[in-house]
Formats: sequence, C-alpha cells, structure tokens
Amino acid sequence: MTEEISKIIAEHGRLSIDVAGLAPDTDLYQAGMTSHASVNVMLALEDHFDIEFPDRMLKRSVFESIGSIEAALVELQSEAVA
Amino acid sequence: MSVAVERDQALLDGVRAIADEVAAPNADAVDRDARFPVETITALREQQALSAFVPTELGGGGVSFEALAGACFELGQRCGASAMVFAMHQIQVATIVRHLDDAPWFEDYLRSVVAEQRLIASVTSEIGTGGDMGRSIASVEPAGDGLGRFEKQAPTVSYGAYADDLLTTLRRSPEAEPGDQVCVLTSRDQHSLEPTGSWDPLGMRGTCSPGNVLRAELPLEQILPTQFARVMNESMVPISHILWSHLWLGISTDAFERARAFVRAAAKRKPGEPLPAAIRLSELMSELSLLRAEVSSGLREFLDASAGDRSRLSEMASILRFNNLKIAASEQAPRVCQGALGVCGIVGFKNDTPFSVGRHLRDTMSACLMVANERIHQTNASLLLIAKDV
Repeated sequence: MTEEISKIIAEHGRLSIDVAGLAPDTDLYQAGMTSHASVNVMLALEDHFDIEFPDRMLKRSVFESIGSIEAALVELQSEAVA
Repeated sequence: MSVAVERDQALLDGVRAIADEVAAPNADAVDRDARFPVETITALREQQALSAFVPTELGGGGVSFEALAGACFELGQRCGASAMVFAMHQIQVATIVRHLDDAPWFEDYLRSVVAEQRLIASVTSEIGTGGDMGRSIASVEPAGDGLGRFEKQAPTVSYGAYADDLLTTLRRSPEAEPGDQVCVLTSRDQHSLEPTGSWDPLGMRGTCSPGNVLRAELPLEQILPTQFARVMNESMVPISHILWSHLWLGISTDAFERARAFVRAAAKRKPGEPLPAAIRLSELMSELSLLRAEVSSGLREFLDASAGDRSRLSEMASILRFNNLKIAASEQAPRVCQGALGVCGIVGFKNDTPFSVGRHLRDTMSACLMVANERIHQTNASLLLIAKDV
C-alpha cells in the first residue's frame, strides 16, 4: 500500500523533493504540497483504492504524511469489510 | 445571572455606550479625513475592552466569543472603521488565546495586553502571494543569540502606525516551503514600518491601511509555537469571517434603520397617502433578514465546533462553511446599503442628512476585497471536488 500511496503522491503532490526520499512521517505540506495539490492526491487515492474519504477525514492532519494516509486507508478498508 | 453572563453583558453595555457617545459623533470626521478613530479606541482602552477576550486567569475580561461578535455588531452600527479596528484587534487576541500551547512568553504577553491595553494589528498579506494567506515569501532568518529577523512587503497593514504590536505571518526559515508558516509577534520597539503608498480609499477610510515594508528583529520565543496552518484553519480564518460579518451586519442594520426613519418621517408628513418607499423598505427588510440569518447561523456553528474537538474546524466542510459566510455576507451587506439608498433617494445620497447612507455603502464595499472573494471561490472550487456533506 505504501508504494501505491507514494506513486500517487509523486504523480499529484507536486512536492519540491523526490518522493523516494520521503519517510513515512515526513510532513508532505512542509515538503511543498499545496492545499490544491492535496485535493488532487485525495481524488487520486479515492479513485485508486475505490473508497470515499468521509468529511471527518478530510483535513490536513490526515494527509500530512504517507503514514497518516495509510492509517486512514486501513481504517476505511477495515470498515468496508466489517 | 451567572458571572459569565454578567461579564458578557458588561462588555456589551460598555461598547454600546461607546458606540453611541464616542464612535457615532466622530464617524463622519473619521471617514472624511481618512483618520484613525482615536477617540473610540481610547474609550475602548479605558473600558479594558481590548483585553475582554483574554481569559480571567491571565487578568483579562474572560468574555465569551459570542459577546465579542455582539460588540463588533454594536460598533458597526455607529462607525464601520472603529468596528473594523476593534474586530481585527480581537482576531489577533483570540488567535493567541486559542493557540498559546502554554508558551510562557505569550502568556506574559497577554498579561501585558491587559495591563497596558495594547492594540494589535496583523500583517498577513504579502506582495507576490496572489492574496493567499496560506503562503509566505518572507521568512524568519536566524540572527544569532536566539534572535531572528525578517523583512516583509505588505500590500496593506491596517492601523499599523497606531498599533503597539504586530502579528506577522512568515515562512518558518529561509529554507521552508511557502506553506510552512509561523506567526510572529513584534512590538513597536522591535519593528519598523516604512509606508510604500498613500491611503485615500473609497471606504473603511479610518482603518488607515497603506502598504508597508515591515522590518523587525526579535527573540525567537516570540514565534507562536503552533504551526500557522492549524492556527489559520482553527482560528484566524473562521474568527475573521465571523467578526467581520457581524460588523458588516451592524453597518447594514444602521443603513436599514436610516431608511426606516426616512419612511416614518414621510408617513408623518402625509398621513394616509400611498408611500412607495414603504414597499421598498419592506423588500429591504427581507434582504437584511437574509444577511442576519447567515451571520447568526455562522456564529452558532462556530461555537458548536469550538466547544468540542476544535480540529473539526480544519475539516474541509467547515472551511467551506466559513468561506461561504464571508462571501455571502460581503455581497449581501452592500446590497442592503444600496437598497437603503434606494429608499431614501437624494437625502440618502447627500452626505449631511440624518438619512445619509453613502458611508455605509462605501464601507461595506470593502467587504468583498478583504481576502478577495475571487480568491476564496478558487479555494472553495477545489475543496468542493472532494468534500462530501456541504
């Protein structure tokens, strides 16, 4: 999953650094992702993982790192299974 | 009455008296001469109103946010510029209060706001960022010995020349991305403002907001610990939109009242005769009630969101909500004032009658420029792609 997320960020996040250098907890916004770019990342994640982020997850803290995005996706997928 | 209710009532009574006795008689001169409403701000200082929102533990008035909004409405009815200065100051106070995070320097600072009734202005806009408050160009540069320095090109600094302190947004460091911002507080003896233009605008003339180059050197402890992205979403933006919209409602309400006084006077002059202006007044009332409803529901939703987990205010649905409040109120307020002009006709158009509404109309026309609506629509357009329940 981490790899898929990284790929989406590389494609849509418009970071000022190479995605390969990101740790799971690197702050994506501090790495140059704008609010506008983050919306495109969210749309791509929804499309790729076939999920919908509920409003409670649509905030900066959920999308600030690869780790936090992965945690949100895991939560949503486990909800979908339950 | 509980102590909290009494505190709120005391602020509102005090501000209402200042609005009637000090702001109103000076409003025309402040507007005509584009001068700072010094009488009103002095009176507010004497009432300790500048520290009304500082918590009682730090010696402040401890009033509710609702009371603060009410005070902006009261002042707005008598002098838009006075209300705007008061509102902008309270936005900075509320922002610091809500994001202290136990920083000792800022706690002491708030105590000095109480003791000295210090007036705070803000420097959030910057030339070259396209009006996006969430990005900065200027940054805090290390200056050694625990000091930092910066230089910022600001297109407008409201009442900067009259403020004791400035709250400025900057990039965290020279290497930081444009969106990696902090808030920095500097006092008059730590900064200098070099005006870059004149100030002769259409409305809100008493806010005295020319462009400036701001230069400062400060101890690093004067940087607010919380990341500005959080401060902006959880406090500065929604609070700005709520307090501004309350004062715009105040200005519009006074314009409506002037139109109503005009119609009553006409009805008394010619009792029993048909009065076309009375129908227009009725139409105007429904326009005003739309504005009032939007402003009061915006406040209610903010209070609900602030009462629980404040991070709810960072959710996109919430950002959209308060952006909408700003857009709706800033467009509806001048509409109401123009409607009042339509009711009053030539006596409303003249600047020296009891029914003059030119100042009201001009003041509210600034509303769509304060964080340009165009810019807010751009943000909303992007958020609408992904937000669910809006």
